[in-house]
Amino acid sequence: MKLYDLIWLIPILPLLGAIINGLVSNRLGLSKPVTNTVALLGSGLAWILGWAAIVQWVLELGIHHTHVVRLFTWINGGSLRILDGSLADVNIAASFQLDSVSALMVAFVTFVGFLIHVYSVGYMHDESDRAYARYFSYLNLFMFSMLVLVLGSNLVVLFVGWEGVGLCSYLLIGFYFEKDWCAAAGMKAFIVNRIGDWGFLLAIFATFMVFGTLEFTEFFATAAAHPEHYATAATVIGLLLFVGAIGKSAQIPLFVWLPDAMAGPTPVSALIHAATMVTAGVYMVVRCNVIFRLSPTAMLVVAIVGGVTAIVAATIGLVQNDIKKVLAYSTVSQLGYMFLGAGVGAFVAAIFHVLTHAFFKACLFLGSGSVIHACSGEQDIRKMGGLKRYMPTTYWTFLAATLAISGIPIFAGFFSKDEILAKAFEAGAGGLNGFGSTYYLLWFLGLAGAVLTAFYMFRLVFATFHGEFRGGEEAEHHLHESPRTMTMPLVVLGVLSIFGGLVGIPGHLFGHPEWNLIEGFLEPVMLPIGHAAEEAAHVSHHAVSLGLEWGLVFLSVAAAGLGIWVANRFYMGATAFARPQRLAERFSLVYKLLLNKYWVDEIYGATVIAGTLKLSRLLWEGDARVVDGAVNGTALATVGSSFISGIFDLRVVDGLVNLVGTSYDQASRQFRRLQVGFTQGYAMVMVFGAAVLLGIFYLAKF
Amino acid sequence: MITATHYVALSLILFCLGLVGVMVRRNFITVLMSLELMFNAVNLNLIAFSFRLGDLEGQVLAIFVITIAAAEAAIGLGLIIALVRLKDTVALDEADVMRS
Repeated sequence: MKLYDLIWLIPILPLLGAIINGLVSNRLGLSKPVTNTVALLGSGLAWILGWAAIVQWVLELGIHHTHVVRLFTWINGGSLRILDGSLADVNIAASFQLDSVSALMVAFVTFVGFLIHVYSVGYMHDESDRAYARYFSYLNLFMFSMLVLVLGSNLVVLFVGWEGVGLCSYLLIGFYFEKDWCAAAGMKAFIVNRIGDWGFLLAIFATFMVFGTLEFTEFFATAAAHPEHYATAATVIGLLLFVGAIGKSAQIPLFVWLPDAMAGPTPVSALIHAATMVTAGVYMVVRCNVIFRLSPTAMLVVAIVGGVTAIVAATIGLVQNDIKKVLAYSTVSQLGYMFLGAGVGAFVAAIFHVLTHAFFKACLFLGSGSVIHACSGEQDIRKMGGLKRYMPTTYWTFLAATLAISGIPIFAGFFSKDEILAKAFEAGAGGLNGFGSTYYLLWFLGLAGAVLTAFYMFRLVFATFHGEFRGGEEAEHHLHESPRTMTMPLVVLGVLSIFGGLVGIPGHLFGHPEWNLIEGFLEPVMLPIGHAAEEAAHVSHHAVSLGLEWGLVFLSVAAAGLGIWVANRFYMGATAFARPQRLAERFSLVYKLLLNKYWVDEIYGATVIAGTLKLSRLLWEGDARVVDGAVNGTALATVGSSFISGIFDLRVVDGLVNLVGTSYDQASRQFRRLQVGFTQGYAMVMVFGAAVLLGIFYLAKF
Repeated sequence: MITATHYVALSLILFCLGLVGVMVRRNFITVLMSLELMFNAVNLNLIAFSFRLGDLEGQVLAIFVITIAAAEAAIGLGLIIALVRLKDTVALDEADVMRS
């Protein structure tokens, strides 16, 4: 038995942990060490098995071999007539596939997920035993869903994981469900995601109607072989898939759920923002890159949504005061970069940014959790400051991750973000699909976003860790470094934030393209499409000269430096906070606009939500007026006719009626014993009656 | 080999569990859940035969049943809320104004 045939076990292991913790530990209230051993075994074994299977797959089959493990036929629904008039079997398998993109995702999802499990052991130790078990059971379930999502070999299995992460995010965001706003945040995430899921479901149906199969390898090959024939279909499917990605990856206009998602425990935010959930949208777009590359329209939409989200979310992040909210908007913004990368055809760079983002964002969130832990639950950066002295490990790891997200050379985020920006510029210069000027604009937005990113991240660092503590003396006594289980994952992720980007050195700048390991690893995912498209890709590749590319590198480093310099001027030294205060007063309208997140939530509240409520009220009133009116009218008519018949009764058949009345009275007295008003008694009578009837029918057959 | 008989047997077991739940549980919410169980037993039956006969109609009917079940759940939960507002309880046997 080869390990790569066992890839179905990778999601099953955390599922087992979830089942044990959810059904046994939670019920019996088992002690914390038992619970976290089960959970750590579930995610840890998945990590070991995942890496071992990937290594064996690379060594024995090679990265060009897509390894599909088909478990069993899951949905067998006869055959349907599809668009081209032929009959296609509805035969959907529960099957998993290992290729380079899913291997990369499995590698870091299991690894980062395991680190977050370890961190949670320390972070959640104040919870009650049962809440602890519930928490770890959800966390394991999250890993299971995400692994099903990345390993699935067809759109339906992917959709199972897709819905699974949606469910788990709902459960974990609403983990403190006793608080109303936490429960509401959970519901918000779920409902907003459902809007995206609607698009994704339609995309699945459309894919089946066009290709007659949902297996990735099969319909990608078909589409790549006949690019012209499937161009229109690819636009439709691509846009619908992207609706799903918008919901899951929190892009404009469905990004409103992610900042609220910090209602859950902090490690959960790390899990949602770094390893699972939001990266699912990017993964899916990269997975379906063949479909997107067939359609210039879909690519342009992806790039525009990504680029605009990157800058809009970054501007909101500038003025937020909640440490986790700033990080949440930075995630939305970074996801925008990933989609910008995908939209300009740099799918490898998009996945590379997912990878490095997983390292530094997990580190940032876990670091912020450590800070919040030390400040006894305080999340407002205005009440922090000077924490560097009390928690050095947290500070240095947080700083490393901040340098990474800002795009300082050598640090992980630099390589991936720079590659996305370079590819966006290249798309502009090469006039990709004839939309050159749009792509130039998006590149510029991305560059401006990089300045803002560096600014708000260093604002966070300076406000939290430098200067004097502003939370009062009482809180200052409680400041302490976090326990070992929390700092250890921080150190690992901090180191990865520094060196993790070295897998994707832009080797072509030095004349050694083979240095870019990740590009080589992911190359099999980009199926070649036709001949014409390939040549076009070649032309655009040389649109930018080597010197200009070096210039772009220095430009983005300068952008990051500018952001850091401004943050330093604003939030360091004796006059810290004075300058931004003045700016906020001077441009109070802009400040309010940003602080209130462009009032997007309020706009949705006034339009979509109020509209739904109004419609419901309209239906209710229809019910109250029309239906109830009819009923009342009938009643009135009955009263009238009763009155007439009452006179008739009195005058003509009084005696007879009295006789009937008496007999009914007597009968009712008997029947009243049956009418006890006990609902289940009625149900019982019904069931026995049905049984007797069945018996009679059965006997009547003989 | 799993045959239609197995599905039908499972469906029977589920149906009986649901039936017993409806008849003996006091909690309205549990009764509603048991009712769902019965729905799904029926669904399973439909799908088993649809699978056996290679005919999609049974599965389509099952989807309709699911839709109806959703509406039923909404109404049932509405009743529960009404009961809670009226009596401050979810116990079915306390809804007994008709008992004299």
